[in-house]
Amino acid sequence: MKALHAYLLLLPAFVLLVAFTHYPAVATLVESLFSTPKGSRPAVWVGMENYALMVNDPVFWKAATNNLWFALATIPLSIGLALMMALWVNERMTGRGFLRMAYFTPTVLPMIAVANIWLFFYTPSYGLLEQITGFFGLPSHNWLGDPRTALGAVTVVAIWKEAGFFMIFYLAALQSLNPSLREAAAIEGASRWYFFRRVQWPLLMPTTLFVIVNAVINAVRMVDHIIVLTRGGPDNASTLLLYYLYEVGFKFWDTSYAAALTVVLLAVLASVALIQFFVLDRKVHYK
Amino acid sequence: MQRNSFNRLLAATAIAAAAMPFGTQAQTQTEISFFYPVAVGGAIATYIDNLAADFTKENPTVKVKPIYAGSYQDTIVKALTAHKAGAPPVTSVLLSTDMFTLIDEDAIIPIDSFVKTADDKAWMNSFYKAFMLNSQTGGKTWGIPFQRSTIVLYYNKESFKAAGLDPNKAPATWAEMADYAKKLTVKDSSGKVSQYGIQIPSSGFPYWLFQALAIQNDVVMANDTGNAVKFDDPKVIEALQYWVDLSKSGVHPAGIVEWGTTPKDFFEKKVAMMWTTTGNLTNVRKNAKFDFGVAMLPASKRKGSPTGGGNFYIFKKSTPAQQEAAFKFIKWVTQPERAARWSIETGYVATSNAAYETEPLRKYGAEFPPALVARDQLPFALSEFSTHENQRVTKALNDGLQAALTGAKSPTAAMQDAQKEADRILRSYK
Repeated sequence: MKALHAYLLLLPAFVLLVAFTHYPAVATLVESLFSTPKGSRPAVWVGMENYALMVNDPVFWKAATNNLWFALATIPLSIGLALMMALWVNERMTGRGFLRMAYFTPTVLPMIAVANIWLFFYTPSYGLLEQITGFFGLPSHNWLGDPRTALGAVTVVAIWKEAGFFMIFYLAALQSLNPSLREAAAIEGASRWYFFRRVQWPLLMPTTLFVIVNAVINAVRMVDHIIVLTRGGPDNASTLLLYYLYEVGFKFWDTSYAAALTVVLLAVLASVALIQFFVLDRKVHYK
Repeated sequence: MQRNSFNRLLAATAIAAAAMPFGTQAQTQTEISFFYPVAVGGAIATYIDNLAADFTKENPTVKVKPIYAGSYQDTIVKALTAHKAGAPPVTSVLLSTDMFTLIDEDAIIPIDSFVKTADDKAWMNSFYKAFMLNSQTGGKTWGIPFQRSTIVLYYNKESFKAAGLDPNKAPATWAEMADYAKKLTVKDSSGKVSQYGIQIPSSGFPYWLFQALAIQNDVVMANDTGNAVKFDDPKVIEALQYWVDLSKSGVHPAGIVEWGTTPKDFFEKKVAMMWTTTGNLTNVRKNAKFDFGVAMLPASKRKGSPTGGGNFYIFKKSTPAQQEAAFKFIKWVTQPERAARWSIETGYVATSNAAYETEPLRKYGAEFPPALVARDQLPFALSEFSTHENQRVTKALNDGLQAALTGAKSPTAAMQDAQKEADRILRSYK
């Protein structure tokens, strides 16, 4: 009876989760094993064919490598930047409120809108970046139009966008730290770096774990700016997995192949999340 | 804006219902949903609202319900998703090149089945042939041209004068364009280019602009049935070589040129000549702070440009009464007077010769001659590149073009790779 009561209370959340998370995930897995239905041709069982196709698809591998680099750059850089900004605006100083707001602004702006602004930052000859490099007499460069710099350019936008968001978590965590720790450290004559390394950083670990999980998810989730800035070009130089998935699913209408890509993406994300929770979690110090 | 028109619509319906005598109220009104690709409210959305309301005034039994669905890409995503769920719009304006995709999804029906009277037939024949090329396949007509465009050359007359060129004479051949571009390229004292001679955008959909080069070199890249392409044809490679050479010789910006910022580059005098859609005409007229000219694209072996833009389609999964009503609406909205006004309001090319003969458009053309360049170029225009699995095949071409333009591959290697990829995609349609 008690159990029934509990399940009844859980029912609304359960229904939502099943309808919008678990069922779609299973349906995706099933669909990835069939061919794409086209007009009068219904879907037929093809087994692992979509996955075999993926192994031989150069664009998929290009997108996967790009995404790996994108993740390797955005995760540590945005977290590092967020931590620095949080430590900075945590100090007592004039204009603190303004600084906090300035750092948080990128987070609240819609990505599509800011990407359109960044488009003009990167524009060759008269873009903001070009004006700065031009001032120092550097040659003009087509940042988004050169395959060597396109991925880097979109990565910078992602870091800029994310750092402010993570800063908020760090700032909240810093403010919940017991001020007596700082006083104790001051009495003991600890340097600021020592205090950060031995006291603040370990105490911030739960926040860091949370932020890392989010950063990893965002590294495969943020593609809005790609659509505005490069559309994956030049020649797939800045294609990320989710953008490619969108192209396959909603431009090429190859829904089965898109489902197979989704399954792979889910598997990768799930394994990363498991590693984070079972390995990193042990190193986290909870109060 | 949208709420305003919604309120107006609501009020209009209320008044109409109140004013209606009891006898006619029993008569059923056919409602047709109409997906239209516009992202935000504004002049165009209001104009479409008014068209729908005017149509209902003349045909009280039909109510057109415009639904603004975003970009072309968003609109086809919504329309096809709705089709798969069994409830597509009755009619929609979608890219003319999406015809094969829509046929493959079994989503649309041919327009021919509604053409019954001699008047209908005359109407079907009134459109420019260049526009119908993208609307017909297998002996059937699947779409009706509505908002169509072509590529034209915009040039800065002041830069022409400064370079000692005749400001009333645009380059007519490839050799002339390369030569003019060289003369128009300006470098500052440190050797940095402050104004390029020419730019042809290559981001996003370079295939469309490249297609103009291919047509001018007298080669058509896709066949009529949309199941074979000729990317590795020597003439196609030659056309790409011309583009790559412009970029290599320093008269065209290096790497990929962004489509979206190209008009701005032109306004900022960073480029003296640009290729872009006629749809930019109103934008250039408003924002260029110098005297500019509009001309047909130059010729290599012939003149030419692909067409672009959107067609009306009628969806299969709707009732025959709705389809008939949609046909009536499409026919009504593409009549010469309305096509003429549409062209003046938006800058799109009017879709029939009769539209250019109407008084308002004749007057507009006399007062702003650049508006007529697109029309004059139409006899040389061919259909926009379109095949089965269109987006996938164009991606193969786009990737190849960008690889060549960024110097990652030679034009020959890039086009051979694109050909291989396209053959693989199209093998099941042969």
